[in-house]
Amino acid sequence: MTTVAVRQVRQVSRSRRSSARAGYVVKSVLLWTFALLFVLPFVWMLSSSLKRNLDVFAIPVRWIPDPVQWQNYVEVWTSGAVTMAVFFANSLTVSLIGVVGDLTTSAMAGYAFARLTFRGRDKVFLLYVATAIVPMQLLLIPRFMFFQQLGLYNTLWALILPGIFTVFGTFLVRQAFLAVPQELGEAARIDGAGEWRVFSRVYLPQIRSTLAALAIISFVGSWNDYEGPLIMLSNQNLYTVPIGLTRFVDADGGLSAGLAMAGSASSVIPILIIFLAFQRQFVAALASSGLK
Amino acid sequence: MSAAVLAAPVSRQARRGPGGASARAGWLFILPNLVGFLAFTLVPLVSGIGISFTDWNVVSGLDGIRFVGLDNFAALIRDTGFWQAVGRTVLYAGVGVPLTMTGGLIIALCLNGPVFGRSALRVIFFIPHIVSSIAIGFVWLLLLHPSNGLVNLALQAIGVADPPSWLVSQDWSLVSLILITSWAGMGFHAVIFLSALQALPEDLYEAAELDGAGRWRQFTTITWPSLMPTTTFLAIMSMIGHSQGFGLIAFLTQGGPGDSSTTLSYLMYQNGFQYYRFGYAAAIGMMSFIGVLLLSAFFWRFQRGRGMYS
Repeated sequence: MTTVAVRQVRQVSRSRRSSARAGYVVKSVLLWTFALLFVLPFVWMLSSSLKRNLDVFAIPVRWIPDPVQWQNYVEVWTSGAVTMAVFFANSLTVSLIGVVGDLTTSAMAGYAFARLTFRGRDKVFLLYVATAIVPMQLLLIPRFMFFQQLGLYNTLWALILPGIFTVFGTFLVRQAFLAVPQELGEAARIDGAGEWRVFSRVYLPQIRSTLAALAIISFVGSWNDYEGPLIMLSNQNLYTVPIGLTRFVDADGGLSAGLAMAGSASSVIPILIIFLAFQRQFVAALASSGLK
Repeated sequence: MSAAVLAAPVSRQARRGPGGASARAGWLFILPNLVGFLAFTLVPLVSGIGISFTDWNVVSGLDGIRFVGLDNFAALIRDTGFWQAVGRTVLYAGVGVPLTMTGGLIIALCLNGPVFGRSALRVIFFIPHIVSSIAIGFVWLLLLHPSNGLVNLALQAIGVADPPSWLVSQDWSLVSLILITSWAGMGFHAVIFLSALQALPEDLYEAAELDGAGRWRQFTTITWPSLMPTTTFLAIMSMIGHSQGFGLIAFLTQGGPGDSSTTLSYLMYQNGFQYYRFGYAAAIGMMSFIGVLLLSAFFWRFQRGRGMYS
């Protein structure tokens, strides 16, 4: 290679590298500026949750509250007849039972749909998939009547039961089991293992990350559900967190801004912890559920 | 159960399928979920369809159900309020879905290459998606306050003399809801797009670069066509989400002011659970169901016709 050619190659690679670096900087700055739009509302929520009502709207915005009003949290968690503590207890009851139930029934059904062969299987699965598109509100009318007839209206069961049996969970688990080689089970069956054993000891451990993802999706879904409690509950003592939060708006639309923000910030904490802990599995399973 | 299967007589063993399992095991595994599916999804769905053909005020109890044939649908077609809600839903989804998807795609394309603090950015964009609509609603309710809210104060600071009243304005309530919904959903779209982008083979781009294809050409000839299935999936999901969108509307505007933000799903809630006109509400649900079904089928065909799998 001549020296001229070498120099040309070096120049090209150097200019490409420096343009790549400029691109990196420009892209990073633009993206972080855009990201402010997503993070600032929550920073503002957190900051306002520690302010007196008057200071929430003070201009210029004081991002560090002064004085720091811890009292807001104390008040939403302890004072009054119905507190955040009650809403949290109700939400945890609904969400935790829902998650355990959803994982159990979805794992079993998803396994059968993916790895067991029997007559009518595909027709039943088609029926499952076909209902995924039905508007939620159309189902809520008969469910409302159903729970009223059973005497479960205005109980937490009206929220728990539908959450235990989800089409989405079954679908997600089925997808995961389809990726596990069929031969794995064959070997165990030849060794004399029963169906339950093959399922629980051989297949189930293979899809641990999908189960973790389903647990988070199921928890977040029921923790954030607003329409269900709005329709099924009238007793404030049974309110879950989202509907409990609306207590901070008075009947005349007046609002205790500091308390509302303290309540909102409290409501985010559990899902934020879970999400940050399991972020990778969550995103991976979510993505694969939609792509494969 | 394992004991029962192991002890199954020879004749049943002979009926085992290629998976090696008996039919009974299959049904037993599905049973718990199936019972719940029947009770809380299929039976309500069929009843919901049935209810749409009745005149039924819930106060009159189960005995008050009266079959009226297509009366509800005939009334709906004459109801200008219904058609206005259809229009608002089309606007809500027609602007909201492309906005959310475009934003998500741009974020994903930026996050796909090297960028400062990539994993932190992924979390930041995703957080609004997992926060409840009520907590999100509260923040935006305060930030969009017409006179004291930070958004309008900022707009005034940069010279907008008369900023919109956002959620409390007839002209802006639906726009506000579209913006908040898109803001909340962009991160989810970005994550799905991003995982599709990362599944694309690197050598495709290397080959294109050798052939002298620029960045934009690489995007239009490789990236975009490969993303078609993902785009279709997200478009359908997002359209269903918008047509059923409830929490933010119910909390922030209650369909108002006036009925300026009453979409189909909120109109259905109003008729069903505020006026207890279950038959009419179910008919609205059926119309919205049929609309979403037709649109989804259309998207699906469209993708089949031109996507990478054709």
